[in-house]
Amino acid sequence: MTQWSGYFGLILQGALVTIELTLMGSVLALIMAFLAGMGRLSRFLIVRAIATAYIEFFRGTSIFVQLFFAYFVLPLVGLELTPLQAGVLALGLNVGAYAAEVVRGAVQSIGREQHEACIALNLGRWQGMRHVILPQAFLVMLPTFGNNAIELLKATSVVSLISLADLTFQAQVVRAQTGNTMVPFTTILVIYFILALLISWGVRSLERRLARGLDGVRV
Amino acid sequence: MSTAAPIIKVDAISKSFGAFKVLDGLSMQVMPREKLALIGPSGSGKTTILRILMTLERIDGGHIQIEGEHLYHMERNGQLLPADERHLARMRQKIGMVFQLFNLFPHKSVIDNVTLAPMLTKGVARAAAEKRAMELLDMVGMADKAKAMPAQLSGGQKQRVAIARALALQPKIMLFDEVTSALDPELVEEVLNVLWRLCAETDMTMLLVTHEMGFAHDFADRVLFFDRGRIVEEGKPDEIFRHPKQERTQAFLKKIIAAGHRV
Repeated sequence: MTQWSGYFGLILQGALVTIELTLMGSVLALIMAFLAGMGRLSRFLIVRAIATAYIEFFRGTSIFVQLFFAYFVLPLVGLELTPLQAGVLALGLNVGAYAAEVVRGAVQSIGREQHEACIALNLGRWQGMRHVILPQAFLVMLPTFGNNAIELLKATSVVSLISLADLTFQAQVVRAQTGNTMVPFTTILVIYFILALLISWGVRSLERRLARGLDGVRV
Repeated sequence: MSTAAPIIKVDAISKSFGAFKVLDGLSMQVMPREKLALIGPSGSGKTTILRILMTLERIDGGHIQIEGEHLYHMERNGQLLPADERHLARMRQKIGMVFQLFNLFPHKSVIDNVTLAPMLTKGVARAAAEKRAMELLDMVGMADKAKAMPAQLSGGQKQRVAIARALALQPKIMLFDEVTSALDPELVEEVLNVLWRLCAETDMTMLLVTHEMGFAHDFADRVLFFDRGRIVEEGKPDEIFRHPKQERTQAFLKKIIAAGHRV
């Protein structure tokens, strides 16, 4: 009879790594999304070009390859990363590229009349963006950001391939040690699902909180 | 009044949207404190000139001066250069605008709508901005809704808040772009009453694009009739509404009266 309690401990450790990756990756993704998304709306061609290149490159190449590049190729040019750093970097940059388009689309969805009100009230470009456009656009972004965060959570499993002990990695360890496939993989399936549900709920409650008083104006 | 300098001087400006020439060598002058009504068929350019004065549209040619200073040009060493953003921002301080569709900020409460611009653009402290905002909201009869969100207000209430918001920056010139056109008929009066108060209690120069001919008649010092990007006829309200000289003015007014507007 297998001593499951010890193995569950292993899987819970993996869950912590997955959560850590998801949180840190999401923070980086969010930063990249705003940088690149706003960059695509810049007045300056060079800024738009850099933002577009970043988005197209990271959407157009596999996250798997990006991770391997970060972990195995960057050291060759002198940039040594821990597995966690490489994982956060690849996940954040990859998901950030998708989310950048969400930022751009949401900002553009705010009507021209809001921009005109900003000009008529003599707000500067950045003031109008910061106080008028982005707060409204953020509400439009949130549901899709929720999707992006769940995508990121699921994509964290690729880090097991660079020997980072996340959920998927630990499930394989358990399988190798016990010979049992069903129990570890069913367990992590449920854990991934619960984590995704938590993200969903979190985003939805944030959405509700921010949308208070805005009835009838949501895009 | 004839000896004073005009506060707005528009000199031969033109503006096209694609192939459509919406303003065609338009010139006009407005004196300080003057109340002007701009009337005419849609597409005649009357809204466009307001939008140009608010720098929401750029001109293709001509010059505009506000208080003797170029709006779209800067004088540098005797040369006229295109205005940069800083010049425009400084010129915009003189001008405020109220829109047909209110354009309130839906995510901000009534009072925050009014205090936002003074705090950001003039560095007014929150307490002072709110005190001033409450005075203005009181003047437009909206003080009791200061904490409400725009979505909770009627069209007439939204427009009164929008007027207070524009007033908070203390512009010398106020532009009203069909401010009652989007309102249900029973809500028009509450907004017009606010305009009357502004007229009586402030010395702002006011330009009003409107289809409310009765109001234009009573309110304006001078009426400009626009058609096809030009001012076809101008004069005292009585002259324009009772004794229009131009055929196009007569035809327009006849159509308006047939549509049930009071003159």
